[in-house]
Amino acid sequence: MSDYLDEIEGQTDGGTAGDTSIANYTINFGPQHPAAHGVLRLVMELDGEIVERVDPHVGLLHRGTEKLIEYKTYLQALPYFDRLDYCSPMCMEHSYVLAIEKLLGIEVPERAQWLRVFFAELTRISNHMLNLGSHVMDVGAMTPNLWLFEIREDCMNFYERASGARMHAAYFRPGGVHQDVPLKLLTDIADWLDDRLPRLFEDAISLVAENRIFKQRNVDIAVVGRDDALRWGFSGPMIRGSGIPWDLRKSQPYDKYAEVEFDVPVGTRGDCYDRFMVRVEEVRQSARIMKQCLQKMPEGPIASLDRKVVPPKRGEMKHSMEALIHHFKLYTEGFHVPEGEVYVATESPKGEFGVYLVSDGTNKPYRCKIRPTAFSHLQAMDFMSKGHMLADTTAILGALDIVFGECDR
Amino acid sequence: MSSPAPAYAADPGDDAYAALLALPGAVRHPGLETAFDVPRDQLLAAMELLRDAEYQQLMEIAGVDYPSRPERFEVVYCLLSLTKNHRMRLHVGAAEDTPVPSVTGIWPVAGWLEREVYDMYGVLFEGNTDLRRILTDYGFQGHPQRKDFPLSGYVELRYSEEAKRVVYQPVSLAQDFRNFDFMSPWEGADYILPGDEKAPPSPPAPPATPPTATPKTSEDTKDTGAGKPGPEAGPKPANPDVAPGKGQNQ
Repeated sequence: MSDYLDEIEGQTDGGTAGDTSIANYTINFGPQHPAAHGVLRLVMELDGEIVERVDPHVGLLHRGTEKLIEYKTYLQALPYFDRLDYCSPMCMEHSYVLAIEKLLGIEVPERAQWLRVFFAELTRISNHMLNLGSHVMDVGAMTPNLWLFEIREDCMNFYERASGARMHAAYFRPGGVHQDVPLKLLTDIADWLDDRLPRLFEDAISLVAENRIFKQRNVDIAVVGRDDALRWGFSGPMIRGSGIPWDLRKSQPYDKYAEVEFDVPVGTRGDCYDRFMVRVEEVRQSARIMKQCLQKMPEGPIASLDRKVVPPKRGEMKHSMEALIHHFKLYTEGFHVPEGEVYVATESPKGEFGVYLVSDGTNKPYRCKIRPTAFSHLQAMDFMSKGHMLADTTAILGALDIVFGECDR
Repeated sequence: MSSPAPAYAADPGDDAYAALLALPGAVRHPGLETAFDVPRDQLLAAMELLRDAEYQQLMEIAGVDYPSRPERFEVVYCLLSLTKNHRMRLHVGAAEDTPVPSVTGIWPVAGWLEREVYDMYGVLFEGNTDLRRILTDYGFQGHPQRKDFPLSGYVELRYSEEAKRVVYQPVSLAQDFRNFDFMSPWEGADYILPGDEKAPPSPPAPPATPPTATPKTSEDTKDTGAGKPGPEAGPKPANPDVAPGKGQNQ
């Protein structure tokens, strides 16, 4: 016994029996993790269960989209944008199409602009269904995700009826949209907006919005103040969740957003719950915008009549030599875009999605830099999760709304 | 009405940017949007000036490669003012060995944006404490967005059954990458069409042979391939109903 007392004499660990001192340790979250929303690797330094430092490693889905675009004509590059944020494909096309139109300086017919607003908002609903559902699932609830996916499935069906593709639509084109929509589709969407969407959506949200467990997991998690939101380049629901009423649709309207009425929801605390609720309200506002589109959408052409940019109709090609030539030239050489540089950003469902397009006057972009929304949000992950528990990282990630197709490009 | 691109506040004009233009070497960048060219050593001063002039957010840093320029890279900073509802850009030139001052001290968001430009172009940022690669693979070599980097890259990845792990190997394409050129040759292409090369000025050709007095004819049926003359051989009687017209050889 005296030997043992001698042995422990100098030891300073005065805790209760069985305590061991824990050093900081590092764990790997991902790249394959169901809550990582794709291929994200987080190297996390933990003190017990408290997160000390997060180092996100991105780029595991890097496909070199910007490099590929430099080797394609302007029209051929368009489908790459669907594949960036594959949860909201048409909103990705929107920025690119507007950037080309700004360089070309062409007008776009009324109906085309209304159709683009209409489908951009449908895309917003579809995107938020995925994000709200997966956010809820990240913090432990299964049912709302399945219910919200029903709405997303409806959106996919509408996509298919408009463009022929369920996800990668390639529907927005420089100068307008690819093809007109049948009247039946518009009336079906109108019925859906009136009945099915609010019924299913409010049903699913009623499960979580006031839910005690959901609030415990999200309220006061990853609080971001206004100054931090600005300094870290936040945009979209992230900056609105922090209480800054900034919406590009409102402040820098493009297409027909200046002519529709909608409210911009803002958060009060800047935590994960606020971001969630901002998105919930955005879905309702999107439905409101879509209804206004249906009321205001005129008849008329759905793409510019400038035949040097927009290909002619199939029927026209059957009897007009000039139309045939235009068609051939547009699908081989493509159109030439005047020399210049523009940075065009739109309000994608996830935030500011920008395209910095440099044209050298030829038929291919000289440089097309894509500004992903996720890049700045994910970078803030470190300071947002500092001091929180390990289990909170999934809630923070869910509220960031990250899709790696867009983040990694 | 022109294109339906996002409409923000009008360009406030050069008076508003007088302080920026007063920096040595700062000039307005021509183009559709508000932009300025700033020398590298004035970048931080310009950025602080603009941050204090209510440009609160740095949205994007884009690299562009112009191999023909002496300083081949251009780093483009896209700024956004929420209060003025205005966007502007700053353009800075850089070469491979001339670092650009980092703006992470002004906007922390610049950290990853600069890492991306470094990864894609190899532009160095002085003062960025975490200048690692970001989008490419661990241990990647080269800077893929440079114009002299091939589209296919240099290495490809596959799972090796022998080594029981993923291995790198040089790119081997079953079919070479084909870059079709659809540019109109008559709209100012900078190359000569195959078969359309103008012959280089050569010594004058020998004078053409004088025209022969008797025109070459082929009267014989074996020359014309007309077959044997039939029983009703002889000149074809003219059809009285057909008036000789243009193109009927009288």
